Amino acid sequence: MSGELAPEELLIATVADMLDGLRHVAVGAQSPIPGSAALLARARSGGALRVSMLGSEAHSPFTDGGRELFDCAAQGRIDAFFLGGGQIDGQANINLVGIGDYPNTKVRFPGSFGSAYLYLLVPRVILFREEHTARVLVPKVDFISAPGVSDEDVLRTGGPHALVTGRCVFDFDAGKRRFRLASVHPGHDADEIREHTGFDYDAPDVVPETQIPDAATLDLLRGRVADEVAETYPAFAARVFGAADAA
Amino acid sequence: MSELFTSVQDLAERIPDGAKVAMAPDYSGCSMVTARALIARGAKNLHLIGVPSVGFQGDMLIGAGCVETLETAAVTLDEYGPAPRFMAAAKAGTLKIIDGTCPAIHAGLQAAEKGIPYMPVRGIVGSDLLTHRDDWTTGTDPFGEQDGPLVLVKAIRPDVTLIHAPLADRNGNVWIGVRREMMVMAHAARETFVTAEEIYDGDLLADEQLAPGAIPGLYVSALAEAANGAWPVGLFGRYGPDDAHLRDYLERARTDEGFAGWLDEFVYAPKAAE
Repeated sequence: MSGELAPEELLIATVADMLDGLRHVAVGAQSPIPGSAALLARARSGGALRVSMLGSEAHSPFTDGGRELFDCAAQGRIDAFFLGGGQIDGQANINLVGIGDYPNTKVRFPGSFGSAYLYLLVPRVILFREEHTARVLVPKVDFISAPGVSDEDVLRTGGPHALVTGRCVFDFDAGKRRFRLASVHPGHDADEIREHTGFDYDAPDVVPETQIPDAATLDLLRGRVADEVAETYPAFAARVFGAADAA
Repeated sequence: MSELFTSVQDLAERIPDGAKVAMAPDYSGCSMVTARALIARGAKNLHLIGVPSVGFQGDMLIGAGCVETLETAAVTLDEYGPAPRFMAAAKAGTLKIIDGTCPAIHAGLQAAEKGIPYMPVRGIVGSDLLTHRDDWTTGTDPFGEQDGPLVLVKAIRPDVTLIHAPLADRNGNVWIGVRREMMVMAHAARETFVTAEEIYDGDLLADEQLAPGAIPGLYVSALAEAANGAWPVGLFGRYGPDDAHLRDYLERARTDEGFAGWLDEFVYAPKAAE
């Protein structure tokens, strides 16, 4: 019998829907929800989708060390990747370095990882940040680890596709250089999104609700995907799926 | 054993203060036992290069005051959360941080292994990282096939690459399997110091299965046998992280006093007992 839907499960299913039909999805460090989403999309793809997870031994196809993921991306061999940000602004710039006047940051974040490179090269970059507050979603980031948009003279084959938070989904319109509210998660509403978002964005008159995963998706998620993700993210798998099982 | 073989303490002595030291991330091969020996000998002013990031190893060395400069794409403890001594040092302004991005670090090392001054890298244009790096610039494709600027990353030549590996043989060949960032690190550095989990009884290069994953001894300056040498972060294919110890470390390292207590218990006391 299925337990109650965990908020993480909704996010995983929402992100997984953005990956259907792709050939190769890579997942970076500290990304349990995107990682679970990629593994869910793979489970549904009948083997067509390849998933490469950093930090995993079972789900990494690479044999040439740390550089291979980046070489793959530059050649167009990776269709989707995930990035987050201590700050994300309305032009989809992301800041993974810190708050304040760099280098004298008031709050220091872990660092830019591969973002400065992959954001420009991977066609479908999904921004993911669970915390949806005006503190995170700011008018302008204090430091651009990776730019959301580039001038025409910059060779760019990749960029932001959507921003998924704990409250909603935004699509990104590269032409307008703006986000557009695509759906609001159950239990949240459009006014609340406006209140907790520090940047301006477009929104339709009627905002749809984010689709809930069906029973088959949840079974897959709580069974096979939970086992697979536990190898790389044991604490996350125990907290989310362990709790879901017990419910 | 040949003179190539030495003790962990000797490896730490041979990494001089101020050295540029390349290190692997926690999921690759970290010589944690040598990191503790560096702390115990009071190493100073090290310039750590995370290839491409550092984790607990970097946090411990930073907390112990061994590090002047940290060149890395990130400091990450993965699921364990923010790195406490790194965060404290960043807040206090006592650490010079050279912020980079993973592929640029790999590319800089690749330039060094080829003996060329720089390597072109895609992406990065438009990142504020570029404006803060005097060892990165931009150029264009001299053959005119690619439009737009390319980032040119100056070669990264570490004084020392310090790693832990599952196997080494008596000729100094070191097996690292698919963790080939350590191969590039060894090629790029002036000297490579290795601790090995186990000594392989034979020639790694004579085994067709093992040779493709082996760093030839010609790159290796010194080696020490150190079972469990990656404890507490773990070694790929061998053993996982010591979760209880790492959680205890995180709890203690939240404060200066707590971290000092951890150093006393796990770095200074074992050293004094030798």
